[in-house]
This record gives sequence, structure tokens and C-alpha cells, in this order.
Amino acid sequence: MHELPQQLVNGLLLGSMYGLVAIGYTMVYGIVQLINFAHGEIFMTGGFGALTVWMMLPSGSTMWVALPLMLIGAVFVATTIAVAAERFAYRPLRNAPRLAPLITAIGLSIALQQAVWAWYPGATSSLVFPEIPGGPFHLGSITIQTGDIFLLIAAPISMAFLGFFVKKTRTGRGMQATAQDPDTAKLMGVNTDRIITTAFALGAVFAAVGAVAYGLKYGEVNFKMGFLLGLKAFTAAVLGGIGNIYGAMVGGLVLGLAETLTTVYVAEIPGLEQLGGQSWGNTWAFVLLILVLLFRPQGLLGQRVADRV
Amino acid sequence: MTALLEVEDLRVAYGKIEAVKGISFSVDAGQIVTLIGTNGAGKTTTLRTLSGLIKPRGGQIKFNGKSLKKVPAHDIVALGLAHSPEGRHIFPRMTIEDNLLLGAFLRKDKEGIQQDVQRAYDLFPILGERRKQAAGTLSGGEQQMLAMGRALMSRPKLLMLDEPSMGLSPIMMQKIMATIAELKAQGTTILLVEQNAQAALSLADQGHVMEIGNVVLSGPGRELLVNEDVRKAYLGED
Repeated sequence: MHELPQQLVNGLLLGSMYGLVAIGYTMVYGIVQLINFAHGEIFMTGGFGALTVWMMLPSGSTMWVALPLMLIGAVFVATTIAVAAERFAYRPLRNAPRLAPLITAIGLSIALQQAVWAWYPGATSSLVFPEIPGGPFHLGSITIQTGDIFLLIAAPISMAFLGFFVKKTRTGRGMQATAQDPDTAKLMGVNTDRIITTAFALGAVFAAVGAVAYGLKYGEVNFKMGFLLGLKAFTAAVLGGIGNIYGAMVGGLVLGLAETLTTVYVAEIPGLEQLGGQSWGNTWAFVLLILVLLFRPQGLLGQRVADRV
Repeated sequence: MTALLEVEDLRVAYGKIEAVKGISFSVDAGQIVTLIGTNGAGKTTTLRTLSGLIKPRGGQIKFNGKSLKKVPAHDIVALGLAHSPEGRHIFPRMTIEDNLLLGAFLRKDKEGIQQDVQRAYDLFPILGERRKQAAGTLSGGEQQMLAMGRALMSRPKLLMLDEPSMGLSPIMMQKIMATIAELKAQGTTILLVEQNAQAALSLADQGHVMEIGNVVLSGPGRELLVNEDVRKAYLGED
């Protein structure tokens, strides 16, 4: 066993990025029962939004000035696209059979990827994302890469904000009500259309934070980055119990840990040497999903209170 | 004096099937008006149309002199029309207190809201004892109390109750009916939909008997209670 604490930290960091993106899946699903497969691409456009802001800034700008502006750019782009998608692609299908919005989501996902590929200058290959200067950060035997520091700070703040928003604000209560019973929410005076828009927008905000974290972590953005990451984030949402926002974060962390630990340690199990390493990390992550769904189909934090009728 | 609620020739359809076929009735301020009738008579459809969840195919709905036909559901409660739906529809995974607060979703007067939460607890002490509990854990009767308490939180001019006695034990049903009488005594105007004709007519100033989408008989509650046809059809006498 080498560096277990280090691997745990790596896993949690990776997992919190999954969690940030998973929130968007779970929130939209909780309210309109739609798996928004374009959410991975909304995440991706957030990355490009941040990069665009960086390129518009005068050269030599320090990251401490640039990063907040990049974050605003990411949030702006991702939110605009998510809200437009809801308004023009999903809302007209609100009362259509479930398959229709699902297919629309997949179509939108491909369309967004291809639009960035075709129209964003240079996006046919990966584009370099700016780095936070300075060396890695040491905490005892644990090293945190500079690119991960943003995630370390942003993920807990985002979660705390989300928890506060949903539990304590009026809109948050309206959101919970709409998720549980949309018609009755209307009877209470909740404008459910506005709540649905808010859910898409809020999901996009967290995806945009995740996208900036991704750019800083891997040093690049590309038009396909939303595909695998979106799939992982969706997995995290299902793992945690889709519809449950805390589940999304827990699912993300569990998935990140599982992926990191299996990547490192499976190869050390005698006889399984070929099943470890980077190329198998994704496989193990999805094996975990299948196992959880077999034994706990509602996910780790799925519905705890029985609904009596 | 004009009526608080005026319904004229209201027609509602699901696709080609007309569920409400041109009914008219009115509710005066301070009254209890009841719609009785069997399953499928169109009572629930009528209430859901009044609160904007279903768009009518024809006719007029005037509340406080204003037409409701173009008003979206979430704005209707702001006009003073509250609806406690059939089957209670409390928010099961929220606490009792949060359920009540949702009833006051459009209100901004924090103090008044707190007073009204307290008033709901005075009316139904069991809710106060369990205020932090998830509403889904309540019994059917307690959920009914919560649904009524929640509807009152908007300080409605007109409270619509859909089958408040459904599925309740006789004791619980008496308690709910006593509460309705109490609300009336406090000045609340109520439109009550019930399958329990006996209980509803005893409370009502005015009653309307519905059958497959039509109002077939109307009159003061006490008169309908002794009406031969009503007794035969709804009160189980032959």
C-alpha cells in the first residue's frame, strides 16, 4: 500500500468535481423527471466560456484577477445555454411522452459538441487552459497540485451555498415543493415554470464551477470533455440517489474515491495485475454503479421517508 | 350583494370527454356551499378548474368580480382562492412547518405568517407537536388537518375543500367537520366537495347535487337533507 492518504485526497478531489456536475443532473431530474443528457455539454461550454474570458484579458493578467472573471464567464455561458435549452428545446415537450425530451437531450448534446468543434477557433483540438502559478501545496505527506486548490475551495463553498439555498430560501422551498408535487405547488402559488428554469440555471452554475476546476486540473479544455465527465457525473447522481442533491455530492465523492483507489490498488492484488492502472479506472467506476444499483436501486441516499397515500 | 364566486355555464373536457357539462352556481361571502354527488360527477374537476389547474372549455368563472379564465394557477391563490386538493397532497418529504409555510408562499409579512402558523397549531394541536416531522409520516386524518391548515395559510377569501373526509375514521371525520363549522363561524367562506352527503349538507347553507357533469338539484342544505330523491340516491335510504 503506497500513499493511501494521498490517494484518498486525490479521490475526494476528483469526486467533488463529479459531484459539482452531478448536481445539475439530479436537480433537473428531481423537478421534471428528465435526464438532461446535454448537461455534460453545458459543463463543456462553461469551460470554453472561462477560456474566452482569459483570452480577452490583457496578457500578463494575474490569475488572482483573472480567475473570478473567468468563473463569471463560465457561469454566464453555461447558464445562458441551459436556460435557452430549457425554454426552447424541453419546455415545448413538457407534456410529450418521456422519450421525446430524452432524445432531444441527446441531440442537443451532439449539437453543442459539434457547434463548439466547428465554430470555436481552434477547438478541433484541445486548447490550453491557464494555470494557477506556484508549486504544489504540501500538507504533511499529502501533496495537493496547484490545479486542485480551486476545487478544494470551490466545492465545499458551492455545496454549502446549495444546501442553504434549497433549505432556507423561499425559491428553494418552492423547488422542493415542485419536485414533490407540481400541481399542488401551483396551488400554493409557486410559479413552477420559473422553478424549472431556476433548476436548469442552478445546475449550470455548478457545472460551470466544475468546468473551471476541470480546466485548472487538466490544463486544457476540449469539445468532448463533457462526454465522459458528464457520464461520470450522471453515474454519481444515480449512485447517490437521483433527485437528491446531497446524494449527488456523496455519489460524486464515492465514485471519485472508487476510481482513484481501484486505479492504484487493484494492480497490487495478486492475479489482477492487468486490471489496474489508468485504463481500468473507468471500468471499475461503472462496475461500482452496477453493484450499487443491484443492491440499492434507489441509490445511496435515495428516498428515506415513505409517502403515505 | 354580489356573490364572491360566480360560476356560469362552466364546461370542462378531457379530450373528447366532457366531465363538466355547463354548470352554474354561486358562493356568497360567509357561506358554506357544498357540491355533492357520486364518483365521476365532475366535482373535483370543477374545483381543479376553479383553481386554474385545468383550463375550462367554456363558461365563466368570476371571483370577487374578476374573471379567472385567463389567470394561471399560481396567481389564483394570490387573489384569495385557496384549494385543499382531493387526496390531501401534502408535501411528504417536507416538515409539517415547511408545508404550512408553503401555504403562505406568496405572502411577505413574516410576522403575520408566524401568527398564522401558530393559529394552525391552535386549530390542530397535533401539528404543533410534530412540527419538525416529515409530513409523510402523519396519519391520513393528520394529513387532512395539515392540508386544511396549509390552505388557510394564504388567508383565503374562499377556501375550497375537496373530500376532506375521504378515507378517515368516523371520529376523525367528525373532528374535520367540526373544524369546518368552526372556520365558518370565524367568517371563512367555504366551497366543500364531499361524497359524504349527510355531513356536508348538515353544514351547508347551499347545496348542489351533481350527476355526470350536471347540477341536477340545488337548494339550501337542510332542504336537500330531507329531499326524498337525495335521501334515496346519496344517503342510502330506499
